[in-house]
Amino acid sequence: MQFRGGEAIVKISSRKVDKATILDVSGNIDMSNSPEVRKALLREIREKGVTRVVLNLSGVGYIDSSGVASLVEGLKASRESGSRFILFGLNDSPREVLKISHLLKLFEVYDDEAQAVAS
Amino acid sequence: MKKSAKTRRVFLLKLELRSHPTLLCVIRGALEPLIETLGFSPEYCRALVRGVDEAVSNIMKHSYHGRPDQPIELYCNRLQRRANGGEESGIEILLFDCGAAVDTTKLPARPLDEIRPGGLGLHIIRGSMDTVEYKRAGRLNRLRLVKFAGFPKGGCNSAEGKPL
Repeated sequence: MQFRGGEAIVKISSRKVDKATILDVSGNIDMSNSPEVRKALLREIREKGVTRVVLNLSGVGYIDSSGVASLVEGLKASRESGSRFILFGLNDSPREVLKISHLLKLFEVYDDEAQAVAS
Repeated sequence: MKKSAKTRRVFLLKLELRSHPTLLCVIRGALEPLIETLGFSPEYCRALVRGVDEAVSNIMKHSYHGRPDQPIELYCNRLQRRANGGEESGIEILLFDCGAAVDTTKLPARPLDEIRPGGLGLHIIRGSMDTVEYKRAGRLNRLRLVKFAGFPKGGCNSAEGKPL
């Protein structure tokens, strides 16, 4: 699948698999829409009290620093509430930006959904 | 005396945009296919697009303080120079804005070992580009970003080093 950086819309939907809530995110995350991602993450972690939030990023082609900041906020909120925050399906660009930011090793990252849910 | 390497510059693209964040995707959408067409690697394209996107985001945030209707100009040039006995090709991006002068020493760039959101933009720009130069010229801010690569293979007219 070829990802292009020129798409502005981000779509977020949630579903339950076992004890985890999976958030399927697609599109490109930049400063125009990262507040939506942040809001969705914090709603699951703080308001709904989900104990395991799994973020499916396989449909995300691009994340900028504001998107990374939203992920960091999600991670911090999950640590504060004693829940787990898991990522899977990172494409090249999001993986590279987390690596440059020295944040990749902070997150629990899995290749696919089966691994993320079974972890 | 050693002769400095000559760099050839060929104009590729000019974009005039407003400082609205929804236009970031327009910049990415214009640059990515252009750079790919010239034969640069996908890794190179991603790094260049990332660096430019973060730089424009910084202009929107720090130079224009979030005002969405201010002008930004982007020029994209192809660079070629002789280096290490071969030809090296790269891209130069020039960004101009009319916002407040930026004190680069006050831009937020947090230590990377801190776990907190924000302050990552500058790290990402520097980590993605070879050269990052800021200059105040009259009432304009000028940001110059350069990234070189090995000679790209298979791009349009790449053997002649011509633009499209």
